[in-house]
Amino acid sequence: MRREPAEGSPEALRTSTGAPGSALGSRVRRAVAQAGFDTRIMLRNGEQLLLTMILPAIVLILLSRLAVPGVQLAPGERWVDLAAPGVLALAVISISFTGQAIGTGFDRRHGVLRMLATTPLGRSGLLTGRMLAVLAGELVQVILLGALALILGWRPTASGIPAAVLLVLLGTAAFVALGLFLAGTLRAEAVLAGANLAWVLLLAGGGVVAPSNAMGAWGSVARLLPSGALGDGLRAALIEGRLDLFAVLVLVVWVTIGAGLTVRFFRWE
Amino acid sequence: MPRLPGVTPDAALSLCELTVRYGGSGGRVAVDRLTLTAERGRVTALLGPNGAGKTSTIECCEGLRRVTSGTVRVLGLDPVSDSRALRSRVGVMLQDGGLPTGARAGEVLRHVAALHEDPEPPAELLTRLGLTEHTRTMVRRLSGGQRQRLSLAVALVGRPELVFLDEPSSGLDPQARRAVWDIVTELRSRGVTVILTTHLMDEAETLADHVVVIDHGHLVAEGSPAELTGGTADALTFGAPSGLDLLELAGALPAGATVAETTPGHYKVSGRPDTPLDPATVAAVTGWCAAQGILPEGLTLGRRSLEDVFLHLTGRQVR
Repeated sequence: MRREPAEGSPEALRTSTGAPGSALGSRVRRAVAQAGFDTRIMLRNGEQLLLTMILPAIVLILLSRLAVPGVQLAPGERWVDLAAPGVLALAVISISFTGQAIGTGFDRRHGVLRMLATTPLGRSGLLTGRMLAVLAGELVQVILLGALALILGWRPTASGIPAAVLLVLLGTAAFVALGLFLAGTLRAEAVLAGANLAWVLLLAGGGVVAPSNAMGAWGSVARLLPSGALGDGLRAALIEGRLDLFAVLVLVVWVTIGAGLTVRFFRWE
Repeated sequence: MPRLPGVTPDAALSLCELTVRYGGSGGRVAVDRLTLTAERGRVTALLGPNGAGKTSTIECCEGLRRVTSGTVRVLGLDPVSDSRALRSRVGVMLQDGGLPTGARAGEVLRHVAALHEDPEPPAELLTRLGLTEHTRTMVRRLSGGQRQRLSLAVALVGRPELVFLDEPSSGLDPQARRAVWDIVTELRSRGVTVILTTHLMDEAETLADHVVVIDHGHLVAEGSPAELTGGTADALTFGAPSGLDLLELAGALPAGATVAETTPGHYKVSGRPDTPLDPATVAAVTGWCAAQGILPEGLTLGRRSLEDVFLHLTGRQVR
C-alpha cells in the first residue's frame, strides 16, 4: 500500500509540487538514471571496451607510425595529425553504431526493452537514456584517445574544435539511428554479425581513417557515406580548422534516413 | 468522458470485445472478442492451455501490444494513450523476464527502483524473495527460478496498485513457488489488485478470487474456484477391469445415480443435483463389486477439481 506522506515531510513537498515543470524534471532524472545504468554496463563489458576503446587506440598507434598509401602530407604535417581525426570518427562509429546496435539487439531479444517500457521510464525515456549513454561514452573516448594522440605528437587546430563537436553530434545521431534500425529489425545474432562486418568494411573502405580524396574513384562514393562524411569533416575541422559544409549536409541526410527507417521499422520485441 | 458500452469504469481491468489478430487481416486470431472484468483488490487468474491467448491479452493490458479491435481499460485508463499515467501505478512481470543479463541482480532492482517516485527499499524486497545472497550475482548467472523472483521484485518495487504477472511461478521449484504465492497473498491483503496468467490449476485454485478460463482466445468459463468446481453433482470414481456390465451395476444403484466407463477401466458413478450421492450409493457400488469378486482401485468420492473442469472445458488434446 502506498504510504501517505506526512504533512510537511520531504515526500509531501515533492508530491505537492507535482507541476508540469517537476514532471519534466522527473523525466530528465529517469533518462539520466538509465544513461548511468547503460554506461556502467557498457564499461564493464569486455567486448564493448575492445570495440570502442582498444581497437581505435591500436589503429591510432599504427597509423601514426605508418604512411597511408596515396596520401601526401602537407609541409609540417605529421601522420598522427591525419590519423587522429579519423580514429575519433572510427571511435564514434564503434560506440554509436556497432556497440549500440549489438547492445540494443540483445536487449530486444531478452525483453529488456519491453520491461523498461512498462516502467515510468517508458520508450522515449529509454531512447533518451541510450543517447545520453553514447554521448557519455564518447566523452571518455575523446579524453582517452585524444590524450594518446597528444602523446604521439598530435597538434590539432584549436579553431576547428566547434566544427568537430558539431560533426561528432551529427555523426552520432546518424549512426545511432542506423544502429537502432539494425537492432530493431534483425535477429540478435544477425545484428552482431552485421554490425561487426559493417565496422570492418567502413574502416577499410568507408573513408573513415583514409581521406576519401585518396581513394580514387571509390572516394566519390565514400564521401557520400556517413562514415566518409564524418571522417572527412573531422579532418577538415581538426587539420585545416574549416567546417566542411558538404560533410554536414551528407550527415543531415543520413540522420533523416536513419531516423525515418528506425521510426518506420523498429520492432520492440 | 463518454461512457463506453460494456466497460465498467471503476473496475481494475475491463476488456470489451478484445480482439488481437497477428499479421494483418488474414492472420491468426489470438484473442477473439474477449469480454471480462477484474475487480479492484482481488486476485484474478487467466487460466488456459498454452497458446490460449493469455499472454496476448495481458500484453494489450500492459500497453505492449496494440489491440486489433475492442476496448481495454486499466484502472479506467487506456493502456496505450494513457501509458504515462499508468506506468507508475501498474507493475508488470513479463513472461520472458526482460532482465538485462550483463548487470547484477541488486543493480537491476536498484535501477528500476530509481525510475519510480516512491519505491520500496530494494534490499527489503530482495530479502522477502530470498535473493539477498545473490545481490551481486550477474543476471546471466542466476538460475531460472532466481530470475523469475527478480522479475517479480522488479514488478513490485514501484509499490503498484495493480500488478500483471504473466506465469509468475513457471519453472520454479516447490519452495520458490510457495514464496511467490505468499507474496501474491500478501499483495492481496494490502489491497493490491493482481492479475495473473497461469496454466497451473492448483495455482489458480489457491490464489485466485476469480478465475477466467480462456481457450482459443475465447472466454469459456469464469467464476470463483468454488463456483467453477461446484454446480455439478459429486462423483464416485474407481478403477476396475474394463468391460464391467454397467447395466447390471446401474440396476443395483439407488434411483437417480448413473454409471459410466469414462476411459477403459475407469468408472464414474454420478448423482443428479436433486439426488446427490449418499452413503447408500457407496455401499451399493462396493457391495456389487464384492458380489462380482472385484476389488475397486482408487475408490474416490469427491468434488471435481478445477483440473477436471479445465480439461472438460478445453479438451484433452495436447498442444
